[in-house]
Amino acid sequence: MESLESFRQELRSWLTENCPPTQRRLREGEIQPPWGSPAFEEEAKLWLERCANAGYTCPTWPTAYGGAGLSKEQEKVLKQEFAAMGAQLPGQSFGTHMLGPVLLELGTEEQKQRFLPDIVHSRVVWAQGYSEPGSGSDLASLQTRAVRDGDEYVINGSKIWTTGANRADWMFCLVRTDPDAPKHDGISFILFDLKSPGVTISPIELISGASEFCQVFFEDVRAKADNLIGEKNKGWSIAKRLLQYERTMISGMGAGGGGSASGGKKKRVAKRLRGIADAALPYVGERDGKLADGALRDQITQCEMDTLCFTLTMKRSGEEAKAQKGPSHTASMFKLYGTELNKRRNEILTTALGTQALGWEGEGFQKNELDHTRAWLRSKGNSIEGGTSEVQLNVIAKRVLGLPD
Amino acid sequence: MAKLGWAGLTFDEASGGSGLGYAELAVLFEECGRTLVPSPFLASSVFGAECVRRGASTDVARAILSGVAQGDTLLAVALDEKSHFAPYSVETRAEASGDGYRLTGRKCFVLDGHVADKLVVVARTSGTSGDRDGLTLFLVDRVAKGVEVTRTIMVDSRNAAIVALEGAEAERVLGEVDRGADILDPALDRATAALCAEMLGLMTQAFEQTIEYLKTREQFGVKIGTFQALKHRAASMFCEIELARSIVRETMAAIDEDGPDVPTLVSVAKARCSDAASLVSREMLQMHGGIGMTDEADIGFYLKRARVAELTFGDASHHRDRFGQLQGY
Repeated sequence: MESLESFRQELRSWLTENCPPTQRRLREGEIQPPWGSPAFEEEAKLWLERCANAGYTCPTWPTAYGGAGLSKEQEKVLKQEFAAMGAQLPGQSFGTHMLGPVLLELGTEEQKQRFLPDIVHSRVVWAQGYSEPGSGSDLASLQTRAVRDGDEYVINGSKIWTTGANRADWMFCLVRTDPDAPKHDGISFILFDLKSPGVTISPIELISGASEFCQVFFEDVRAKADNLIGEKNKGWSIAKRLLQYERTMISGMGAGGGGSASGGKKKRVAKRLRGIADAALPYVGERDGKLADGALRDQITQCEMDTLCFTLTMKRSGEEAKAQKGPSHTASMFKLYGTELNKRRNEILTTALGTQALGWEGEGFQKNELDHTRAWLRSKGNSIEGGTSEVQLNVIAKRVLGLPD
Repeated sequence: MAKLGWAGLTFDEASGGSGLGYAELAVLFEECGRTLVPSPFLASSVFGAECVRRGASTDVARAILSGVAQGDTLLAVALDEKSHFAPYSVETRAEASGDGYRLTGRKCFVLDGHVADKLVVVARTSGTSGDRDGLTLFLVDRVAKGVEVTRTIMVDSRNAAIVALEGAEAERVLGEVDRGADILDPALDRATAALCAEMLGLMTQAFEQTIEYLKTREQFGVKIGTFQALKHRAASMFCEIELARSIVRETMAAIDEDGPDVPTLVSVAKARCSDAASLVSREMLQMHGGIGMTDEADIGFYLKRARVAELTFGDASHHRDRFGQLQGY
């Protein structure tokens, strides 16, 4: 424990010395340069560089690959100290949270040396090549082909819903290396440079306008056979392992929610549950101290109550996971319930704002109203991306409830 | 239950209790919910006892609660006057008479009033029906002159009572005259929380029994649990129940800390438990098919108890309205 405390002290002085003002909560008298201004960007870059050099962007990774080699307990202290300073951990990405852990676990020494340090320093941005036009919920039916040719694989096919592919450098990609095997058995997990000849990336416009998603086409793209991770045709288990890391990351986000633990009589409801009501008030007005539209008010209270119950469930799940040293069985419902709740919230807000929620662009609408229109439309995708609600229901029925196939 | 020390679980030791908290009480209520135990525990040891503990002088409270803890005394709270829960809509009048009070009015849905020894009667000493101010709590002996108790047999096989008061003499005032709501509100919140724990137990049992049935019942040559139409509904119910479990735990913790959020959390818990228990008990019946309609199976009991519990101390819609008011909109 004493060493943990000295680590905390050490870290605290490191943070004080190294964290630029724009990258943490301001102290009294400090003035913030505008977000995105050259001064801001400069300090953001510096902050990333300093954290990466210290290995803090990937705190638990071995120092041999650029990590800080911290224990789980030390990592917790790190997160607490960053939070206390109001500083963000920079450089968090698909690389740090998804590909990196998989490489650490399953990559060869050579692959680790080759790829991990670049992830630590955000020198390479990774894209995830999973979904295909014909393979959404049934991901294992993917058809992108990779055929061995000398010490390379030749890749043909297409990936869709690839987040940020137009800004990414490399892709970790699921490809079919044995078309004759049962669908789960002929898949491999391979890495390649998105600047390779034969790669075409086109951004996808959504019903809400421009988006972070792309479709990526491969025409005789050549990838080094050395960059195939794990065994050939055994990629499906790697794909699933990576999704587990993704889920761990997501459930970790909720674990800190709920009440605050300050002294005295604890207020368990951390904030007032009236976000939707405050947005609705200017549009629907008040009668006898209540929102004037009774039916809308009932929907709002229900949505706020469910949000509180959901937050408490995430908190409980985090505590149970800690006690059991493994994911709690409630974790499987987060994706389902959280996304459905967000869709509901957006629908209610649309009702609350009336026709002011229906502007697309231009005159007659305030910025927050136009933003809402886009957010409402974008939220429709929440229950589709990353496993549809229906797939989540199947998972709960099978894995949690044990219902037969 | 009294012999096991349950009747005084949350009372202090001087009142013959075990000095435990609501987190522990909730465990007991969850089990009662699972097994559909009919007992005057909620009415007497929680609702009635909370009114007495908060309203009576230390000595009087200890004397009465010791009787409750030993199982010698049963309490009931006479609050409702109409078919819909509205705790301040009280028309029963209390008139000063000598150095005491005489009560006149009609109370209904008095939980376990038919077996109670003493009644906590909520009556109006000033103001008009609907006002929070002007309510006073009185302790009334059930066999006092002018008290007529009529047993009403409810659908869940538990009983409530109609209590007709005709100039009935009050044994004593609980708390301050006209400030009865200051006792009633927190007592109601705690009774409602205990009821939520019972509903959580009820829905958990009903759900587990239903899942077991989906795994064993065969139709069309397969287990009916293979049908996606049923799987998805079962998985949705699982989520609703887990959210209910979270809010019940949080509410009990807040009560044990006597925290400022108790009213908000209780309303969230009661709204959620009412909706979830209703959903699960209805789905239980539907998924069991014809057997669920027979009186021989337990399924109907869960549905009936869920419905009575839903309407006890305010239904989901009542608590959403209260939640909105507490949040200022």
